[in-house]
Formats: sequence, structure tokens, C-alpha cells
Amino acid sequence: MQEKLILENKIERGDFARGGETSSNLKELLRKLGIPSDKNRRITIVAYELEMNIIIHSYGGEIKVYISSEQIKVVAADSGPGIEDLEKALQPGFSTADDEIRDMGFGAGMGLNNIQHYSDDVEIETGPGQPTKITAIVNL
Amino acid sequence: MKFAEIIPLLQLEPLVVIDDPDYEIETACGCDLMSDVLAFSQEKTLLLTGLTNPQVIRTAEMTDIRFIIFVRGKRPQEETIALAREKGINLYMSPKPMFECCGLLYKAGLNSENIRQI
Repeated sequence: MQEKLILENKIERGDFARGGETSSNLKELLRKLGIPSDKNRRITIVAYELEMNIIIHSYGGEIKVYISSEQIKVVAADSGPGIEDLEKALQPGFSTADDEIRDMGFGAGMGLNNIQHYSDDVEIETGPGQPTKITAIVNL
Repeated sequence: MKFAEIIPLLQLEPLVVIDDPDYEIETACGCDLMSDVLAFSQEKTLLLTGLTNPQVIRTAEMTDIRFIIFVRGKRPQEETIALAREKGINLYMSPKPMFECCGLLYKAGLNSENIRQI
């Protein structure tokens, strides 16, 4: 299975103005590659949640997207500060986002849950004070 | 129901018009939480919201929602309108509050979405 890097973007902390640009570019790219719209929809929702997570919760990071004949893989890696309690963070409705974030319509505590729901496979590497790396896969 | 029927019902003012008003709307979702929209929304859904920032357009783009109505007369920021135009998403504004908009649509026969269990 040969995979190819099709998108690589740096995501800045707190950059709400550009929030979603990377996922939007991904959606357009996958459309051009002829990926079925239901798969495109699932992977771009996952990418958007990951992108907003980096903007809201991290010190900054990057998103890379790989494609092979069998799957699309999004890798979101940041430089910290890590998820304090992953078990809690995975519970629907749990969020550490502040009021400013909630006023923008985020911080509903559905992000990681959404990522799991729309992906066929998710791997989360994190810990207090550690960088976080989330790998999400949608099978083709 | 056709979107054209919704225009007089909610006294809609057009902000960005892309699709023909004969576009068939199957369900509606009234929501200010974008993560909930990302969690539950389906295509062919009409989104009613009181949020006016560009992330509303991004959320619609990712979920393939084509129509957004801003409730209680909230006019979105210029950058929100520009992004909708760029992404081909229809924007309308209603002077009515969220509760009334949803009630009128429900009474007119529009259904809510099938919400997945979490």
C-alpha cells in the first residue's frame, strides 16, 4: 500500500480567522481526485474538528493528509500542552474550552467524539505536558 | 418543501443567493453549537442559527449544507457573507426569533433530522 502526502499545513494557535481553511482545501483537493462525496464529507469533518482543536487547545501544530488506494489518513500533531484526562475528553459534552470559544459555537464537547464517529480508525497519542498526535483514517 | 415556500413564511431577506428557490429542503436544524451541527447534520438540511461568524460557513461547507438562515435579524459580518459567496452557500436573514422560525417550519411540514445516538 503506497501512500502519498497530498496536503501539509501549519496551524497557528488562536488563528480563528483562518480556521477551516486547511479542511476546505482538503475538500476541494479530494473532489478533484474524484473521492466519493460521502467519504469526502466524513474525512473533511474529521479534519475540521482536528484543525479547530489545534487552534483552540494547542500551542500550534500541523495537519498532514495522506492518501492510498485503500484509505485517506489525517495526521494532526501539535506541540502541546497535551490532554490532561483523555478518558474524560472522549466523553460527549466534556470540554475545557472557555466562554469566548463557546460564544463562537465551539467547545460543545463533541470534537473527539465526532472524530471517532466519522473515522474508521483513530489513534490518539497524548498526555499531560506532552504533544498530542491524532491519526484518523477513513477507508476508501 | 421547496425553499421558495420558506421565504414568505419566515420573511426572509436574501444575503447570498446561489441555488434556485425551487431547491427541495428535506429537514431543518436550529443550532448555535457548530460541533453539534458537525455531529448530527445531514445533507439537504437547512441550518437556522443565531451565530454569524465565518465558522458557520465553514461548518456548512464541511457538512454540505447549502442553506443558512440567520435568525432574530442578526446581520452577519461582511467576511461571513464573502466566504459564503466564495463557497457557494445560500444565506438568508429572518427578523423572527429561533423558536418562532422552527415552530413555523415544523407546522408547515418540515421535519427534524434523524439524530444519531451518542
